[in-house]
Amino acid sequence: MNKDYTYAVARIRSRELALLNNKDIDNLLNARGYDECIQYLLDKGFGDDGSAKTDASSMLSAERKKIWSLMSELTDDLSPFDVFRYNDDFHNLKVSVKAVTRDVDPQNMFMENGTTDGEKIYDCIKAHAYNLLPEHLQNAAQEAMTALLQTGDGQICDIIIDRACLEAIMSKAQQTNSEVIELYAELTTAVADIKTAIRCEKTGKSLDFIQRALAPCKTVNTDMLAKAAAKSLDDIYSYLSGTAYSLAVDALKKSPSEFEKWCDNKLIDSIKPQKSEPFKIGPLAAYIIARENEIKAVRLILSAKLNDLDLSAINERLRDMYV
Amino acid sequence: MDNLGIVFGLLGAALATFLAGTGSAIGVGKAGVAASGVLAEDPSKFGKVLIFQLLPATQGIYGLLVAFLILSKIGVLGGDPNISVVKGLLYLAASLPIAFAGLFSAIHQGNCSVAGIGTISKKPDQFGKAILLPAMVETYAILALLISMLAVFNIPGLNL
Repeated sequence: MNKDYTYAVARIRSRELALLNNKDIDNLLNARGYDECIQYLLDKGFGDDGSAKTDASSMLSAERKKIWSLMSELTDDLSPFDVFRYNDDFHNLKVSVKAVTRDVDPQNMFMENGTTDGEKIYDCIKAHAYNLLPEHLQNAAQEAMTALLQTGDGQICDIIIDRACLEAIMSKAQQTNSEVIELYAELTTAVADIKTAIRCEKTGKSLDFIQRALAPCKTVNTDMLAKAAAKSLDDIYSYLSGTAYSLAVDALKKSPSEFEKWCDNKLIDSIKPQKSEPFKIGPLAAYIIARENEIKAVRLILSAKLNDLDLSAINERLRDMYV
Repeated sequence: MDNLGIVFGLLGAALATFLAGTGSAIGVGKAGVAASGVLAEDPSKFGKVLIFQLLPATQGIYGLLVAFLILSKIGVLGGDPNISVVKGLLYLAASLPIAFAGLFSAIHQGNCSVAGIGTISKKPDQFGKAILLPAMVETYAILALLISMLAVFNIPGLNL
């Protein structure tokens, strides 16, 4: 990607000042309740300016919209950032396939920040017009629909769509030729594979099923991981000890949430060098990742405050911040 | 072909202006793009980013200065325009340091200014340190200017 992002990066540098730092997270944690947290976030510029809605869900949804509205302002071509939007696309595909086969109304179930409108995906699935879908969704849509109609097994449908999503992310990331985006894709795919392998081991899935669920990536040999997952958890840990994820084994042994935290922290740590890159796409991608990480942390704190959970339990799950 | 000396001299003046000016235009342009990005978010930083943007402009001025000197020495701006081919070539050679050092130093100073603009957009209190880094690149443009000027001033005294 040889495009010059000097203007966009300069704007992003100013925007980075508004990102929540560790002190803000501490302030949120120490707030006396949910309402105080919401007020603190409103003071920090969270939420939609024109809206009277101040609940966590609409506030965080507005924040995610703001990310993409800013990116649209910064660059006329959003396609290099599609890797961050494919999750929403494939979520919408999953919703559409299940809504069509079960004849339910998918309203309010679509994610808003995909590359394609959720309603459009639903209409194409309903009409079986797979060729009208974006290219990255066509095969997965057809395969998932066929599988769901033939077997009625939602899990098969899920693994087909989840794997297609990871494959699309990997494929798109390679086209961008951006180190940060490729790293994001690699980590996302590898982590999803590891989580799938652990889940499959715990639910006693067959080797064939596991191999079908895992998406290929560079840092994990999916064939070896699948074989390990078909045997035991210790075999998975043993295999991972010899990979780039050896340090994650301890986290995996503790809990799935500890592993997710390890992965998110590794990603945030890996994108930190982008703070000194003035010309390329990296800082924009890093900003998207940092904002998503921030939204995740805020969501965690708000739901904990709403349910009066223990502070230490939240602290354990909180990720490192980008700034 | 009798006036080939003045042709070479003029070519030297043109190179000094063209190459150093091109470098400055690229450098100032790049820094300007970054400065616009910062101003879109925070217009109060106008004064600071303007200084960063102007840093790569000096090479163009140095090139212009050397070109003026050459033009006056070869008689284009008045005086005797009959100079030898050898002296014409010497003026051409004298213009090369500022032409090329001006071109490359301005481009790299522009890149350095862009990075500096990024720094002050996040940490305005680090303005003093941030401006020193692109200013270091200026050293090499000044060295080239010095050599070009010394050469242009002393060519008329040579017995050739």
